[in-house]
Amino acid sequence: MLVKALRAEGVDKLFAYPGGSAIDMFNALFGCDDIEVLLPRHEQAAVHEADGYARSTGKTGVVLVTSGPGATNLVTGIATANFDSVPMVLITGQVSTKLIGNDAFQEVDIVGIVRNICKYATVVQNREDLAETLKKAFYIASTGKPGPVLVDIPKDVQQALGSDVYPDSVKIRGYKPNEKVHMGQFKKAMTALEESFKPLFLLGGGVKVARAEKTIRQAVDILQVPVVTTVMGKGALPTDHPLYMGNVGMHGSYAANHALSECDLLFTIGCRFSDRITGKTDRFAQNARIVHVDIDPASISRNIVVDIPIVADAGKFCEVLLENAKPMNVPDWISRLDSWRTEYQISMKREDELTPEQIIKACNRLFPEFIMTTDVGQNQMWASQWVELNDDRQFITSGGLGTMGYGLPAAIGAQIANPDAQVISINGDGGIQMNIQELASARLWETPVTVIIMNNQYLGNVRQWQEMFYDRHYAVTCLRADRHCPPDCTGPNPGCPPLYVPDFVRLAESYDCLAVRVASLAELEPALLAAKAERKRPYIIECIISREDNIFPMVPSGYALDEMIME
Amino acid sequence: MMTKRWISLYVENEIGVLARVAALFSSKLYNLDSLTVGVTEDVTISRMTICCLADDKTYEQILKQLNRMVEVIKVLDFTDVPHHSKEILFIKINNCDEQDKLEIFRLEKVFDLKVIDYDKKKVEILAVQSSGTNDELISLINRFFPNRIEIVRGGPVAIEALNAIV
Repeated sequence: MLVKALRAEGVDKLFAYPGGSAIDMFNALFGCDDIEVLLPRHEQAAVHEADGYARSTGKTGVVLVTSGPGATNLVTGIATANFDSVPMVLITGQVSTKLIGNDAFQEVDIVGIVRNICKYATVVQNREDLAETLKKAFYIASTGKPGPVLVDIPKDVQQALGSDVYPDSVKIRGYKPNEKVHMGQFKKAMTALEESFKPLFLLGGGVKVARAEKTIRQAVDILQVPVVTTVMGKGALPTDHPLYMGNVGMHGSYAANHALSECDLLFTIGCRFSDRITGKTDRFAQNARIVHVDIDPASISRNIVVDIPIVADAGKFCEVLLENAKPMNVPDWISRLDSWRTEYQISMKREDELTPEQIIKACNRLFPEFIMTTDVGQNQMWASQWVELNDDRQFITSGGLGTMGYGLPAAIGAQIANPDAQVISINGDGGIQMNIQELASARLWETPVTVIIMNNQYLGNVRQWQEMFYDRHYAVTCLRADRHCPPDCTGPNPGCPPLYVPDFVRLAESYDCLAVRVASLAELEPALLAAKAERKRPYIIECIISREDNIFPMVPSGYALDEMIME
Repeated sequence: MMTKRWISLYVENEIGVLARVAALFSSKLYNLDSLTVGVTEDVTISRMTICCLADDKTYEQILKQLNRMVEVIKVLDFTDVPHHSKEILFIKINNCDEQDKLEIFRLEKVFDLKVIDYDKKKVEILAVQSSGTNDELISLINRFFPNRIEIVRGGPVAIEALNAIV
């Protein structure tokens, strides 16, 4: 049944880690030549791989693991996918129904554990419910606001024989994805737009989830209204588009954040106004009427009270917007933003040693097409500030949950889904170690990802906050620190331990991956070109960067967006 | 302003639904006052009566969050809708002497409660009232028999009224 369901759903790749309670399902997959079963080295990585696979294609990622620890290892990955609306079906083995509740070996109530971090989760209690439950899972995961769905299948249900009829469709009483755009609200929004003098579009991740980039660009080309994005929305409009003013939020650009503070109409699509975007909420877009388009009614007027709410899928909405778009005539407003954009470019303004800015810009320069994934922390923010996106490039990052350890497996999953693509993974030396075992999977799966490790020997993002807001109390953020270090260290000093582990180059080589350490742009460029040419083995480029580089500009937590610290 | 709100909820009658609804309240720090659940005329559907304490903004979120749950079929906001609401309340009164028992039987004549059981030392009474009236009844009985009562409450259930006068 399971194999039949996977085939019917068009699943050709499965990220799967076996175990006692899942062995029957793996047995059913044994010998299947149309479903490739990929063995990661950790279940958490399996979810991130399925996540990278799903985000880079829009298809549903599928994970299969065993009960107990196999299932609990999924938790972080499920929460990550849930936060960023990634379609995913997770199948967990469970102990036999007669053992559930007995504290059986490797028994855990995984449905109870993931209840609050997934779109839907259920246990299949009877063999006759299996087909419909799987159909439901795929339907729920991929429709409406996409998200992860977990199906827990006890061992006896796996073993039971039963009907092999897989339904073509399911009806769920309580689940009706919104298919339409409310025209009354739409007209109100358009009137508000037409009446405005300083309109601004804010595009969030929803536009990318809906794959509406082309539609929104056509609409913007007609409307001639400036556009800003969130980190998750970056790439919704090509970054070299003349109307694109940059990212907003904590580490957004001057032009984008000030545009938000000055606009008189904020037209938001597919963004939930997270605290990292709004800064101090009562000063957020304080001069503007706000139109908010989101597929999730619960996102509307939660963080920011809006004037014109529209519950709709971003893709459907952008189509309607395109059909009704008429040119706005606001050249003065555009040129004002444009002058800010030119004057206040995000730059580290130094080239004495290798900088994150140079690294990201080198990727932009040397790779015309790429899928870039990031880990979480400074590496992610730097990438989001400088990455240049267009139709040939994708940017994949854990924006909602902020999961360290995401970057490498997500890149591997994206490469599995797009074998010919150039996949670049941007990481820090902290996060990469959270799933570094996936170099084994990546090598054996022959996924030639380019893995960049920005090594500053710190958990840099927290260290930056400690430097700026905690009197340089570098509490437990130094990756060089050993047991002999003083507990009150405030920065690199001559007494720092000489040893840093791991040696990433030797580590990568032990996985039979290619690896090089670089400390200058002159060394980085040939390394990137070599990585680009390599089509079989992962290529690790460890970039030694300054220990205390910070991300600027920055809006400190609790401040308004126009209260930016520029450097 | 924090006020009492009433929700009547149709949900799939399947394992874990109660846990999922309850988890929504605890995970988002919503203030859940009471939650009762029972199967409806359609055995695949259960109906919950939820009472919660919330301000307008939080309450709007609660309704939306309930609505987006896959297992939730329909959310009815009873707060400003005429509805009948009743709660079962059992009170056991301990260490009663004869005088106390007489008092209890007198109380039964005046207030809407019923003695359903007693022995030499204890009396058990039943009340089916709105939960607010039950609150008052409890404080009344407690004044008569301080520190001697045990209480079991069923939580209110509600149904929409046919006429506006309830």
